Amino acid sequence: MASIRIPTPLRAYTQGQASIEAPGGTVGEALANLVEQHPDLRLHLFNDDELRSFVNIFIDDEDIRFLQGLDTEIAADDSLRIIPSIAGGQNAPPLHERLADLNKQEVKRYSRHVIMPEVGMEGQRRLKASSVLLIGTGGLGSPLALYLAAAGIGRIGLVDYDVVDLTNLQRQVIHGISTVGQSKLDSAAARMLDLNPDIEIVKYRQPLASENALAIFAESWDIIIDGTDNFPTRYLVNDACVKLGLPNVYGSIFRFEGQLSVFHAEAGPCYRCMFPQPPPPGLVPSCAEGGVLGILPGTIGTMQATEAIKLLLGIGEPMIGRMLLYDALEMSFQTIKVRKDPHCPVCGIDQADIELIDYEQFCGMPAHDHSEFSAVDEAAELDIQTVTVHDLRQALENDDDVVVIDVRDPHEWDISAIEGALRIPKPQIQLAKNGIQAGRKLWEETVLKDIPKDKKLYLHCRSGKRSADSIAFLSEVGYDLDRMYNVEGGILAWADEIDPNMPKY
Amino acid sequence: MTISLPAEMQKTIFSQMESAYPHEGGGFLLGELRRGEIIIRNIAQVENVFEKEEQHHRYAMAPQDWMRLEDAADDQGLALVGYYHSHPDSPARPSEYDRIHALPNFIYLITSVLAAQAVDIRAWKLKNDRSAFTAETLRVTG
Repeated sequence: MASIRIPTPLRAYTQGQASIEAPGGTVGEALANLVEQHPDLRLHLFNDDELRSFVNIFIDDEDIRFLQGLDTEIAADDSLRIIPSIAGGQNAPPLHERLADLNKQEVKRYSRHVIMPEVGMEGQRRLKASSVLLIGTGGLGSPLALYLAAAGIGRIGLVDYDVVDLTNLQRQVIHGISTVGQSKLDSAAARMLDLNPDIEIVKYRQPLASENALAIFAESWDIIIDGTDNFPTRYLVNDACVKLGLPNVYGSIFRFEGQLSVFHAEAGPCYRCMFPQPPPPGLVPSCAEGGVLGILPGTIGTMQATEAIKLLLGIGEPMIGRMLLYDALEMSFQTIKVRKDPHCPVCGIDQADIELIDYEQFCGMPAHDHSEFSAVDEAAELDIQTVTVHDLRQALENDDDVVVIDVRDPHEWDISAIEGALRIPKPQIQLAKNGIQAGRKLWEETVLKDIPKDKKLYLHCRSGKRSADSIAFLSEVGYDLDRMYNVEGGILAWADEIDPNMPKY
Repeated sequence: MTISLPAEMQKTIFSQMESAYPHEGGGFLLGELRRGEIIIRNIAQVENVFEKEEQHHRYAMAPQDWMRLEDAADDQGLALVGYYHSHPDSPARPSEYDRIHALPNFIYLITSVLAAQAVDIRAWKLKNDRSAFTAETLRVTG
């Protein structure tokens, strides 16, 4: 039986043993046996079924990555050793330190952001104090403008000179039939302000060109996002961003494929480090010529918006020095490294020496444009009985046949809860329902076994939506709709009307 | 849990992290566990093997260094109890990157180096469920 040497910090999960005997014909089998013997190890060694990136397995002095990985065959007297590779690092700081004030209404609007510690009040105030410039309000520009407006970026600039055309609507979802023939700037701005009237929109009704780019970019933008997806504009945006030290969130689309990266010469490579010269004219057709799946710019544009938010907040791993390659037909995502070229003709020279050129001539093609997006589901309508928190209190006081079910998530139970409630999160109810309906599970094998069928069930969540969904799920697996009640307003209403000492969130 | 770090080792860590600036530097902590207290007995600086252009915000050690130092700790009757690294121009708080790559039951000493000056050192430990770090008490002993 092979022996596996456990690294010191993980011996806490092997009752202090430094070495464990584990049977198995391959490394993978021996490790599977190890985590079976000591289940607490699993979380630290595996992420789902894959070894965590910092977990190395050595057979003597050889890393199994250079053998056959987890399939490497082992002999009974082999000694395996688990070696963590230690790594550390820091996130990039936020792009700026400005914070704007949020009014009560705004705090409510952005509550799904604010409750995440990675954003918080500070991050949302930072977003409101941020300025992002979008070049183009077409395919990529549509999801970018919509999501950045919805996310509460306080000042959004739009550069476009085109008008809305019927052929745009296959992908440019910010526009619509009602705005065909209107300027894209006005059409986009109206939709953005409808979504979020608290933001400021700055319109530049002109094509971006070498003559005006520096002046426009210098108007206090934190990030530039190129949504035009043509070579001349791409090189122009890159060079102007490097000259002014601005980050450039890059996206590109063609037929069924897309690319995403962040070029910020101060922290990594620029577009020219990767592509010093444009392709010969005619080699790469534009989307107008080659076509594009209407949804593709939605996918790439929303990812560009995500990168912009990450940069502004200083969270996560920005795509600096990396490029994502997306293939919609394969539904594959691949990330490649992009290296900074010390001899780059643009970011390898003094910023003052960078000169903007005639990019249409440089690329041998005109700068014209093209791009889409969708979603949202609605729960089925059922005849669900609703009750108020007062009804619930009365039922609790007077009726022995009552079971209260709290379907919120466990972290919410810690904030506040109604005493005595049965706690089962909605996703678990849904999972149980799916299992029963698919014939994989019997009712008594699921969490539903704790929910009696012969009592009156009062379901509540935070405000009433998840509990309504849960009632719908339960009714699908045999619970009587007549005996289930949705507590209107959820725990928030309980805090407002019954227990003023209860914290709200 | 309290972590005791002799003052001269704290000074050594600061000077190592200052010389690594603007890159991240780091090394291992060897020590012993006594009644809920970790006493650092030795530190061992280890080379940053991350790609050069990423070293301003990344630090990594070769697995071979781990093997060597874990064996050395065993020989000395000590244990690998943790690791130290620097955050150039940034606070001595663990990052998301640190969390993803962290081990439980292991002390993370982070030194903040601002403009080549080490200004803060803090001790952290990953929670058992990997969800976050908790701040630990660091006692620098005479």
